[in-house]
Amino acid sequence: MISSLFEKVGKSTLRHLEYVGGITIQIGGAFGSLGQTLPLVGNRLRWRSAVRQMSAIGVEASPMVGIMALCTGFILAMQAASELHRFGAMNLVVDLVSIAFTRELGPLLAAIAVSGRSGSAFSAEIGSMVVTEEIDALRTMAIDPLEFLLAPKYLGTLIALPCLSILSNTCGILAGGLFMRFSTHMTFGVYLRDVFQAIILRDVITGLLKSVAFATIIVHVGCLEGFRVRGGPDAVGRSATSAVVKSTFLVILADVGFTALFYLIEGK
Amino acid sequence: MPETKLEAHDSRPLISDPMISVCDLVVSYGERRVLNGINLEIARGETMVLLGGSGSGKSTLLRHIIGLERPQAGSIRVNGVDLATSGSKDLKKLRRSIGVAFQDAALFNSMSVEDNVALPLREHTRLPESTISLMTWMKLATVGLADSGKLRPQQLSGGMRKRAAVARALALDPEILVFDEPSAGLDPIVAAELDELILVLKTAFSMTVVVVTHEMASAFRIADRMAMLYQGSLIAVGSKEELKNSSHPRIRQFLDRVPDQIVDVGVIDKHFDEYLKGGLQ
Repeated sequence: MISSLFEKVGKSTLRHLEYVGGITIQIGGAFGSLGQTLPLVGNRLRWRSAVRQMSAIGVEASPMVGIMALCTGFILAMQAASELHRFGAMNLVVDLVSIAFTRELGPLLAAIAVSGRSGSAFSAEIGSMVVTEEIDALRTMAIDPLEFLLAPKYLGTLIALPCLSILSNTCGILAGGLFMRFSTHMTFGVYLRDVFQAIILRDVITGLLKSVAFATIIVHVGCLEGFRVRGGPDAVGRSATSAVVKSTFLVILADVGFTALFYLIEGK
Repeated sequence: MPETKLEAHDSRPLISDPMISVCDLVVSYGERRVLNGINLEIARGETMVLLGGSGSGKSTLLRHIIGLERPQAGSIRVNGVDLATSGSKDLKKLRRSIGVAFQDAALFNSMSVEDNVALPLREHTRLPESTISLMTWMKLATVGLADSGKLRPQQLSGGMRKRAAVARALALDPEILVFDEPSAGLDPIVAAELDELILVLKTAFSMTVVVVTHEMASAFRIADRMAMLYQGSLIAVGSKEELKNSSHPRIRQFLDRVPDQIVDVGVIDKHFDEYLKGGLQ
């Protein structure tokens, strides 16, 4: 009984260590290949592919991210106002929405949207290529799958996700402004003035730094899940689900880590 | 062509300067041993057909020969490169000299047929796009698909997909051409067309050809020599005639299409009757 428990724990630990090892090797390989995706100095085919990825990950996701941020901004402003108006502190709604979005909600909402939309797509695309031997075909043609498939996705997400975070920040804060306009007749000019007083550049930068980390998690988890597909089409479906679940979980975990880190730095 | 004899799996053929040389190759996946000390040499310019039933290890051997897997024990030399010890640069260079046509073609569905064929040229050469287009057209014409370049792989029939895969494998003018189950899933006429294509390519380009198959008609049509795998071991290497006339029980079983276990319907009926009686009591 005890030996069986130890066996289970040991196997599970080894499996997780193997996963961490796999993702570390993949990140190392991707950094090595990232230069090939850059314009002028890299391979023009990779750069074109990266631009296509930016469009697919960023431009096509922008309506979804914008609407999600607008809704969340409204919800946050309404929930905050319902409590704060009892203390006559409605002005603090502006601070709350602005700071919450730039520091936290903007990057997080954008990351969750990209994780659900593109993380699963990365996994399904690569997974189906594994099943149909296309990855093997790339390798036999002396084309590195990391450079050909992963690096353009990585660069695309590294650029698209911070842009989506800025869009999310803007839409969330805009929603707060609309709420204040209808509930307290605050003019938009006054609202914007209060917003700029509430947020500082560091909040925006820390939010964007988080976006870069989230992009790394989403791309690498999505692609690794795809590369690890073994079997048939059902395995591709499972890998896509697993990519979304793992990347969303890790994004939130990383967010906790970053927030704690920035809180400690700010506290000192 | 080298002199060939029907050999036991542990003896080694002697070919001077072989294109592919497999020596004592052992492959295991976990507890399961898939290849059990394979020794095989393939001469330059010859067509070697690897035969064997499902699970005999022929695809695993092929994956090792084309450098997709590193040998766990033993060695493989392909065109002078030791796959067990070679660095990534040597391996990359070697891979450019090997063209592989996979069982299900492995064409990229996101690209047109001509983009599939042009991919290795775009990746590994600095040729202008006009030259790449011309070369792509020539490769497609070689396999009889000159008019199908603009189509997507999904729009092609099974035989056309396989020919497109051959065109892509030919893109960099390889010295070795490898086919994994070229006839699988094709009707006999299309399969015969593909066999003829392999023969034409071999004659026209003096390539070393390695074919994995269990289609006997196809194997006897295209092979110079054949190697037979059984449960991870090489049980015979020899010419077509030598294999055809072999008295080895496993080779005879394979050639004569004799099943391992013949289902005894009487036994099933007896067990079923007993089950029914047991159920009624």
